[in-house]
Amino acid sequence: MEPALRLVNISKSFGDVAANSNISLDINRGEILAVLGENGSGKTTLMNMVSGIYYPDSGHIEMAGNVVAIRSPRDAIDLGIGMIHQHYKLIEVFTAAENIALGLPGKLKLDRAAIVKQVIEIAEKYGFSIDPHKRIYEMSISEKQTVEIIKALYRGSSILTLDEPTAVLTPQESQRFFNILRNMRNDGKAIVMISHKLNEVMELSDKVAVLRKGMLVDLIQTKDTTAQKLTQMMVGRTISLNINRMEAKLQGLRLKLDAVSCIDENNTFVLDNLSFSIFGGEILGVAGISGNGQRELCEVITGLYPLKTGTIEYFPPDVSYAVNLSGKTPLQIRRLGIAMAFVPEDRLGMGLLAQMDMVGNLMLKRYKNGRSIFADRRSPRYMAENMIDELELVTPNVYTPVRQLSGGNIQKVLVGREISSNPTVLIAAYPTRGLDINSSHTIYRLLNEQKDHGTAVIFIGEDLDVLLELCDRILVLSDGKAKGILDARNTTKEELGLLMTQESSTV
Amino acid sequence: MNVSNKRKNIAKPPLVQIKKRTNIPSWKAWLIRSMWFLSALFTGGCMISALGYKPITVFFEMAKGSIGTATAFRETVKIAIPLLGAAIAIAPAFRMRFWNIGAEGQIKIGAIAASYFALYWQTVLPRPLLLALMIISAMIAGGVWALIPAIFKSKWGTNETLFTLMLNYVAQGIVKYLQHGPWKNPSSTGFPRIAMFHPDARLPRVFGVHFGWIIILAIAIVMQIYLKYTKHGYEIAVVGESERTAKYASMNVSHIIIRTMLISGAIAGLVGCIQVSGADFTLSDNTASGVGFTAITVAWLAKLNTHSMIIISTFLACLTKGSNTIQTIFKIPASAAGLLTGIILFFALGSEFFIEYDLAFPFAKKSKSIIVE
Repeated sequence: MEPALRLVNISKSFGDVAANSNISLDINRGEILAVLGENGSGKTTLMNMVSGIYYPDSGHIEMAGNVVAIRSPRDAIDLGIGMIHQHYKLIEVFTAAENIALGLPGKLKLDRAAIVKQVIEIAEKYGFSIDPHKRIYEMSISEKQTVEIIKALYRGSSILTLDEPTAVLTPQESQRFFNILRNMRNDGKAIVMISHKLNEVMELSDKVAVLRKGMLVDLIQTKDTTAQKLTQMMVGRTISLNINRMEAKLQGLRLKLDAVSCIDENNTFVLDNLSFSIFGGEILGVAGISGNGQRELCEVITGLYPLKTGTIEYFPPDVSYAVNLSGKTPLQIRRLGIAMAFVPEDRLGMGLLAQMDMVGNLMLKRYKNGRSIFADRRSPRYMAENMIDELELVTPNVYTPVRQLSGGNIQKVLVGREISSNPTVLIAAYPTRGLDINSSHTIYRLLNEQKDHGTAVIFIGEDLDVLLELCDRILVLSDGKAKGILDARNTTKEELGLLMTQESSTV
Repeated sequence: MNVSNKRKNIAKPPLVQIKKRTNIPSWKAWLIRSMWFLSALFTGGCMISALGYKPITVFFEMAKGSIGTATAFRETVKIAIPLLGAAIAIAPAFRMRFWNIGAEGQIKIGAIAASYFALYWQTVLPRPLLLALMIISAMIAGGVWALIPAIFKSKWGTNETLFTLMLNYVAQGIVKYLQHGPWKNPSSTGFPRIAMFHPDARLPRVFGVHFGWIIILAIAIVMQIYLKYTKHGYEIAVVGESERTAKYASMNVSHIIIRTMLISGAIAGLVGCIQVSGADFTLSDNTASGVGFTAITVAWLAKLNTHSMIIISTFLACLTKGSNTIQTIFKIPASAAGLLTGIILFFALGSEFFIEYDLAFPFAKKSKSIIVE
């Protein structure tokens, strides 16, 4: 059968880095192709060339036997290629139907009824559930994703590329989403899905293209392979997926939150009457769908988010009194001599300075040391050099701006810096999000070392498997409320998933 | 209804591809710069020939009029001093991404403060004390003028660009009021003006140019060290890059903004003092005359490096002085001379784009590789 799209010897490089080299790939109708690879393996670059965001340095793309040049997203749409990005590009105050019709040629007056009718037709055909009149800001993430997909279908796309579509979905939503993808496949659409979740790839795809370091390692039928084999191809060597978890050697109580509540600028509760304690020498996991109070929890403890009511107390090791942290600024907390480390979710926007080099970034929390008016740049340089050795950090040199490093290496700089302060409390928000297996394991190892040193570690996570394997206890957050604290050794993914989604299913 | 699925003939790659360069050897950057400088001369030359002059002679006279003789060079330096000073003044603010476009006003306020002592205290104080007082008061006044938008920005998040811009007009208004009202020289006839300063209130000369050049050069050197090596300089860079990161690192952001603007304004105020007591010997509504704005060009061309600013402000001063010269020698209209300066500047800015980005022409490449059978 004629492939829907044929990529021939596609290469693309950014500066000295070859993001894709000589990739040839057929995309067929009626097939779900998974593009699998570690971070920085070139998956997204490849798909961006299909959807007109980048243009290949060499090689070409064929459609129905003709060479086509996809110079812009417009060209891609004209050719029937739709891309669903990781971050949705929707207008918040418009309805679903308005967003879908946006940017299309037509008469001056918008025929809303006709659009709505067609949207409903598409939805029924593939099994989407959508309210065309609902405005985007009222929608959940999975509803927004639905709008994006229908938008592509409405434009007549017969080739759909999806960039990590399940990253933001709950397990239940993912299942529903897979059924829709299967319906589209059966309808003869060509579907390309970028993913680094192996179980998803195994469950859903017909074919897998594995990329490593910009090269196509293999293109195989999913049924002829196993998760273990795919991992091997992806990383180049077998890596145990097991996270080593030691028994917790509990030290004293370290941090106690009592009835903590916070409100956002709209006066809605983002943290609602939250109480829990954490001890030195344990990893407390926080599970929940993103945006259910995780960020505010981290920031209220570190003094970055205003506390509305409740108390936060810190118990220094080896003494019997408590220090009240409620309403203190980061500077005040620092002046109390409390070594609190925080790895924020937004690495380049908050934790690090994207344009600065490693030295400048490692100075961030220690530049004030000493009396000199000059900042000490020598010791952070040694620190950077040590870190490169210890954490197998890959960078041209210590003076390269961190934004030019890969995601895993960026995170190693951040986590390495935070740990270097010998913290008694370490808060890590999504520390392995978007990281490949190797880098993730380095981070898990570092967190475990901290636990062994007696640090109280709070781990905000999204991958339930990781939470279950790494943590000692897991707090489930939903809508800013604690839904329970579970013993990670005696609980299941289903139990967690159920607690996480309880609120949204009962309302 | 039928959504566009038309197959356009799009088997053509894009005409140009723009790529950001990761690093470029400095010889190559200078090669690009000199190429663009030559193109600027060529374009400017075409314009000059169209006006009926010989381009080579005009350029030669331009160079001679700005750096050809000691006297000409001293005049050029006089133009460069306030330009460099103002550019240094905005450097720390811009490094912090605080868009202080109010250097003009801060210079004027500094000049007013210095003029007050120059006009009313020259009989009371000995010369060194008078000059010191003028300098200090100008720095305080400029600093306070810059402090106002800084406080508003850090407390209520006001827009510093508009705020500093508006304060320029307020400063201009104050100067005009003084010139026409309380400080008007009673003995001057005709157009109201402020009296010339007593010789004691004028800056001494070194190598034929007022003392200001030494002060400004020293500040240019110190400022680069301040920005690059001190703790304050690091804080400025962090706040400029990301306020969220600064807060996360437990920095007191509003304190840093206020302190930095105080420094920025104080240097601008000092420039005002140098201008009135070194070059003009009086205060008028022509004091500053736009250097606060031209300095922004200097600062960006220098990429906020105050050492590079020395070269760039001198270059700009040469252009200004040179174009004045050709106006007098060849009777080239002022607008044409201004146009010539504009062309050269435009090309200089353009060359930075080509240093930053690489252009590829895939279409041209592709057509070459077509195999004819």
